[in-house]
Order: sequence, then structure tokens, then C-alpha cells
Amino acid sequence: MQDFSESFRLAFTLVASGNSDLMEIIGLSLRVSLIAVAIACTLGLPIGALIATSRFRGRGVILVLLNSLMGLPPVVVGLLVYLHLSNAGPLGWLQLLYSPTAMIIAQAILITPIIAALSRQVIEDLHLEYAEQFRSLCVPLPKAIIALIWDARFSLLTVALAGFGRAIAEVGAVIIVGGNIAHLTRVMTTAIALETSKGDLPLALALGLVLLALALTINALVMALHLSAKKYSYA
Amino acid sequence: MRENKINRVNSASPKTSTNGRQAPKPTLLPLEVKAITYKPAGLTIIDSLTFKLTQPGLTVIMGPNGAGKTVLLRLLHGMLLPTSGNITWADQPLGQALRRRQAMVFQTPVLLRRSAAANIDFVLGLRSSDASMPAPNIRRDKLLNRVRLLDRANYPARALSGGEQQRLSLARALALTPDVLFLDEPTASLDPASAQLIEDIVLDEHNRGTKIIFVTHDIGQARRLADNILFLHHGRLLEQASAVNFFTAPTSTAARQYLSGQIVI
Repeated sequence: MQDFSESFRLAFTLVASGNSDLMEIIGLSLRVSLIAVAIACTLGLPIGALIATSRFRGRGVILVLLNSLMGLPPVVVGLLVYLHLSNAGPLGWLQLLYSPTAMIIAQAILITPIIAALSRQVIEDLHLEYAEQFRSLCVPLPKAIIALIWDARFSLLTVALAGFGRAIAEVGAVIIVGGNIAHLTRVMTTAIALETSKGDLPLALALGLVLLALALTINALVMALHLSAKKYSYA
Repeated sequence: MRENKINRVNSASPKTSTNGRQAPKPTLLPLEVKAITYKPAGLTIIDSLTFKLTQPGLTVIMGPNGAGKTVLLRLLHGMLLPTSGNITWADQPLGQALRRRQAMVFQTPVLLRRSAAANIDFVLGLRSSDASMPAPNIRRDKLLNRVRLLDRANYPARALSGGEQQRLSLARALALTPDVLFLDEPTASLDPASAQLIEDIVLDEHNRGTKIIFVTHDIGQARRLADNILFLHHGRLLEQASAVNFFTAPTSTAARQYLSGQIVI
């Protein structure tokens, strides 16, 4: 128990002192996950909006598939990306394995279905409200989709946050395609796993604290934004 | 009452005909409805309806609850397709091109989650404008001024009062510069002053030559606005008459009961 207290004390000291290794890991984690979220939003939001506003044969099957993909096991995604990016794989010539780019690809694949499925629900609810008006105004589908995404922006921020939460906390895929290489592909989750296995609890705990603080801060920001939007009738 | 209102509105309209109204936009008339039936899931809502509107006057659709007024409006606007029969405007079937020359104001306004001005901007961005037209921001401000919402331009649309929301909804419809304007009980939940403001704007638009088709339950409102009446009951057209004839000598029992405030079965 005393060891744990000491570990916590050291962890706080590490965070407070702005330890360079710690900052490097945090910086890379944020960079990888934020880029992955941006890619996932670019792909997932239009997919979600298109499914939300369209009625076509097989839509139900796509919905089931999309919802199922939300639970994609990270290690399976990591394995598939590894197989594609390894030298023997079809994309081996890109030489991306064990690079931050490979980690971004893996995280983007993991969270795109989450963004698409959750945004589909948000946009479909709004579309139900707007549909009659849009039909009367003869709004073309692309303009309707852009309008729906814009008007649902505050709710979609929460969706993006859910995606970010999944990405930043993910370990299975990034450790397979990133390799947890110090100063190159080591992110918070892979570092926590490594340091814990080595018994170096202070660094693992420090990173854990940062992860928790990040999650709290981002949640608080999004909630504040959402509440203020609601207050002014924009959400 | 009606003459006073028309005169008041006309003072704002530069071009008026001898009867106090501008020359109509004739392009989408006649409206011809031939034996239309609307029967979703086996339930008959509109039953073999046939009529023709050739005159540009303001048409009011009346009838008790469940008569099919709102559904008829949606059918005329092409938002619903009839189960059988057909509808033509200016001898053409109702397609996308014709629909783009129409606009509709719903009973409950559905406004975008943006400012009042942005709601108008969205609609102005839907139609291409020719070089002779003023810039979109000038047109938007004129529209907002016309519905007395210029001072509310930057307010969130959903924070406006019910009457203001309905006026904004009307301004948004007018931003399409429609040849035909449908209004589905636009004043149903408004106080008398707000309702009168809407009526004034509708009459003003009518004076500018737009064909108006207006659904209302309000007999007083129908008396004030209507040139001709379509009276529906159980999805059937019981009367098509001039407003004067309808209110002085209704021919159907249902219309007589309706006008005298009795329950119409």
C-alpha cells in the first residue's frame, strides 16, 4: 500500500515537472488520436448523414452492419492493418508499419463506424423534423445533408468526443501496428501497458492521470458548449 | 372589414388593378384536379375529388376536422402522390420544376437551428437568382422587414415567439418568390394581433399576384380573406363556390351545420 502511495506521489511529480518523455508521449497520443478523429469524422459524418436521409433496399442490413462495426475488436483491426502494411502485404511498399501513420489508420478504421452509426442516429432524428420542410422547399440531397450536419453540430461534437474517447484509450491496435517504439510510436496506452509490465508504476500512473484529466476536460468543454447552445436555442 | 384591410395593404403595393389587386401571375393556372383519391393503407382520406381553379382569387379550403384539408394541400403541392387520379397546373403534371414555383407554410413552423436571418439565407441559396435581383442580403433584409422581424434578424429562430416564428416561416416561403403559396392553418395557434399580421402579409402577397390557397378552420378569417371556397367533408368536395355565395347560401347540409357552429357528422 505504501508503494502505491509513493507511486502516486512520483506520478504527480512527473506530471507537475513536465517530464520531457511524458510530454512526448502525451503529444504523440493527442496527435495520433485527433488526426484519426478528423479522418473518421470526414468519412463517418457524410456516411451517417447519407444513411439517415436515404431510403433504399438493404438499408436495414447496412444499419445492422454499421452498428456491429462499432464493437470492432481493436486487436483484429490491428492485425488486419498489420497484414496490409507489412512488407508482404498489398500496401507494404508504403513502408508505414511501425509509424504514427499506421496507428492513425488503425484508429480511424476503429472509430469511423462509431462516428457513422452515432451521427446517423442524431441526423435521422433531426431529419425527421426537417424532412417535410425540405421536401416542400425542394432542397437537393447534398444541401440537405450539409444543413443537417451543420444544424446538428453540437450533438455531433458529442459523437466526435465518443470517437476520440475510443481512440485515445485504445491499446490493442496501436501496439500491433505501432510497435510501441520509444520516441517514435509510444503513446499513453501502450506506455502504460509497458511500464506496468516492467513494474514502473509512477510513469504508468502519471499517464493514467493525464488520460483521466483529458477525458474530464474534453467532456466538460463539450457539455458546456452543448448547454450554451441549448440555452440560445441552437441545439 | 375585408375592404379596409385590402385598402391598407394596397397602400404598400405600387401596382394594383381596379378591384384593388395587382394583375395575377397567370402562369400556373388553371389548377385541375381530376378524380383524385388518397388512400394510404386502405384508409380513404381523399375520395374522388374533382375541381378546377381558373381564377387567381384567394382560395380558402374549409371543413371540419378530418375532412382532408391538409392532405389535399399536400397533394396539390406534390408532397403526397394521389393513389389515383391526377393533378395538373397550367395543363402540366406536377413535377419538380412546377413544385419549385410553389411554397408552403405549415401550421407548425419548422425552423432551422440558426438565426432568423440564416433561415432566410438558406432558402435564398436554394434558387439561382438573376442579375436583375438585388443582392441576397438586401433581399433577406427586405423580407424580414416585410414580416416585421428585421430587428430580430440575429436572434435564434427557435427563441422567437410563436407569432414571430410563423412570420419568419412565411418570409422563408416568400423568399422563394412563389407563383403559388399554400398556407396550412398558419394562424391556428396565434393571438388575434399576430393572426392579423399574417393575414395582412398574405393579402399583400396576393396583391402582388401570387395565387394563395389557404386552409383555415376560422370562419371569420375565411370571410375576411376568401374569394372562393372549397368545402370538404370526409374527403369529399361538397361545395366549390364564391365566398359570397358560400357564406350567404351554402348548398350542403354539412356546410350549413359547419357555418352555424353545429357538430358536423
